[in-house]
Amino acid sequence: MSAVAVDCAGVWKFYGDFPALRDISFQVPEGQCLALIGRNGAGKTTLLRILGGFSRAGRGETKILGSSPREADARRQIGFLGHGIAIYDELSAIENLRLFGKLYGLADPDGAARRWLERTGLERVRDGLVREFSRGMRQRLAVARALLHDPAVLLLDEPFTALDDRAIAVLQSVLREALAQGRTVVMSTHQLREALELATHVALINRGRLAFHGERSPEMVSDPGWVYARYGDS
Amino acid sequence: MRFLRQVMVITAKDLRAEMRTKEAINASIAFAIVILLILSFAFDPTEDTTREISGGLLWIVFTFAGTLVLNRSFARELPNDCLDGLLAAPVPGSVLFLGKALSNFVLILAIEAVALPVFGIFYNVRWTRQFWPLLLVQALGTWGFTAVGTVFSALTVNIRLREVMLPLLVYPLMIPMLLGAMLLTAQLVMGQPITGDSVVWLRLLFGFDIIFTALALVLMETVLRG
Amino acid sequence: MRQKVMIGMLALAAILLARNLYVISILPDEVNQGQIFRIIFFHVPAAIAAMTGSAVALVASVLFLVKKDFIYDSLAVAVTEVGLAFLAVNLVTGSIWARVIWGVWWAWDPRLTSALVCWVLYAGYLILRQALEEPTQRATFAAVYSIFAFADVPIVYFSIRWWRTIHPQPVFFSKTGSFPADWSAALRLNLLAIFLFYAVLTMIRLRQEQAQREIDYLRRTVHAM
Repeated sequence: MSAVAVDCAGVWKFYGDFPALRDISFQVPEGQCLALIGRNGAGKTTLLRILGGFSRAGRGETKILGSSPREADARRQIGFLGHGIAIYDELSAIENLRLFGKLYGLADPDGAARRWLERTGLERVRDGLVREFSRGMRQRLAVARALLHDPAVLLLDEPFTALDDRAIAVLQSVLREALAQGRTVVMSTHQLREALELATHVALINRGRLAFHGERSPEMVSDPGWVYARYGDS
Repeated sequence: MRFLRQVMVITAKDLRAEMRTKEAINASIAFAIVILLILSFAFDPTEDTTREISGGLLWIVFTFAGTLVLNRSFARELPNDCLDGLLAAPVPGSVLFLGKALSNFVLILAIEAVALPVFGIFYNVRWTRQFWPLLLVQALGTWGFTAVGTVFSALTVNIRLREVMLPLLVYPLMIPMLLGAMLLTAQLVMGQPITGDSVVWLRLLFGFDIIFTALALVLMETVLRG
Repeated sequence: MRQKVMIGMLALAAILLARNLYVISILPDEVNQGQIFRIIFFHVPAAIAAMTGSAVALVASVLFLVKKDFIYDSLAVAVTEVGLAFLAVNLVTGSIWARVIWGVWWAWDPRLTSALVCWVLYAGYLILRQALEEPTQRATFAAVYSIFAFADVPIVYFSIRWWRTIHPQPVFFSKTGSFPADWSAALRLNLLAIFLFYAVLTMIRLRQEQAQREIDYLRRTVHAM
């Protein structure tokens, strides 16, 4: 029986009195890949940010591998890829990765940085300033940053959006590898096709509520809109 | 200690990024000199009475120029959502506060290190006569400014009119500290030592620094993560 | 029920005030100051009320950060706004008194100067709130600012008092010097009246704030549809 990697219990998020998230409860056991789908404004990003410890739930609890993500140590196990790449333009690729390596307390930040630059095909621009990188290169570097510290849980917010082909390929290969290693992935997405290929489970957020949570089925892969049609608003 | 190591990583990162671009430091130093110049026209530097109060004028220069640095402190984390990268890391809010506050402290001291000699030239004041006490007052006053300013830099980073809101919120809080710093600096710059009467201001600066640093360390997490 | 309590307090405050005004007006003129001394019966209670308000604001702010219940945020803003109004009364009455007694509208005496700095501090609280749209963020940041402001208040008073001892004032009538007995009673009763007014105004503002939150909520709900 695998441990619970991501545990969401009765989570509400309020903006003033308005509930952006209503009573979200679900669990993601270790090794699963959960695709979080939903329309714009449904609450996917809000939920992911609560799971990552960026903001506080108004009600309810979230646990990553048994601890609250608001505790600093718990975040060591989380790799986060948001809308922005969270990479410093004024620093070089390797300086960026070394920085995050040190923040995450890695024993050998330099070694880990070099390994991940190779893995994402950026070893040749190691000392180049990020400011001069193309968009695809920045996104690959962001993937390196998110996985640098070997996190057990990956939280990705629309990771495939606006990626070029090479970046998509890198991300898919990295995620497949991560899942094969037993890591857990929760990814919100609009790009249903790429995400559903990797997903083992699917959850639909509709107007802040969890409208559906279950295994990925063949219907979903062949017709990505199926879940919306079945469980969303008509 | 891990806490201090993480603080140093943040401080080093900020200083390295700033030294690469030198955006904030160049603008701030230029701004400081411009203000000194304008103050020289407002308060005649050749008159003895002006020279006596001139040390107080210095703190106007420091706070205005320093605000540029403080504003930039968290504003530099906005492009590419870099702030998310810091918040996702296993570092508590207090580490982010201290790391950035130390980096701001160094940068503002650098501005002061340029402004003081220029002031000495414009106002014909030999300000080095009480060098070490002056350094102490500069350090204490600048830390108080930096501690409060760093918290509010984080607080105002996403607000409309951030550049106005930061000084608007920080300056009133700093009035007691400015009072002490201005009085002491005015005395020390004219070569008068700190007497029994003025020691009370030194104690005020210490107290201010301790209270507001403690508040900042505790409340930074709330400001950053809600 | 709440309405009745409010009206009751308002009535009591009005009666007290009327009575006090009568008592104050029949007091014999003060030897040095003439008529203007009567202003002290409003000047001092206004300051005390404002200071109490800032303490209530602190408690409300801390409670909000701990419990996340918006009632505390509404209380904090209500009590601060009303407090600012009373502090303004303090500043204006102090200024009028200074004009009559010393011939200047502003004499930089330590208490009034400190009150002015505190007024600016708490005005900053309101300006901060105006700049923040999202209610939870607004309440959180305002609470943090309120805590910083409250910590600053005693430091402001001490520092400005020391500042003014360096530049000695002309000898003047000390505002809380030897108080004749019949003054103390009037002062305390007026303090009560002013506290009652403060409470009533705070309750009105509180109700308005709750209504505003409801409107906000309805607007967001409609937009979400």
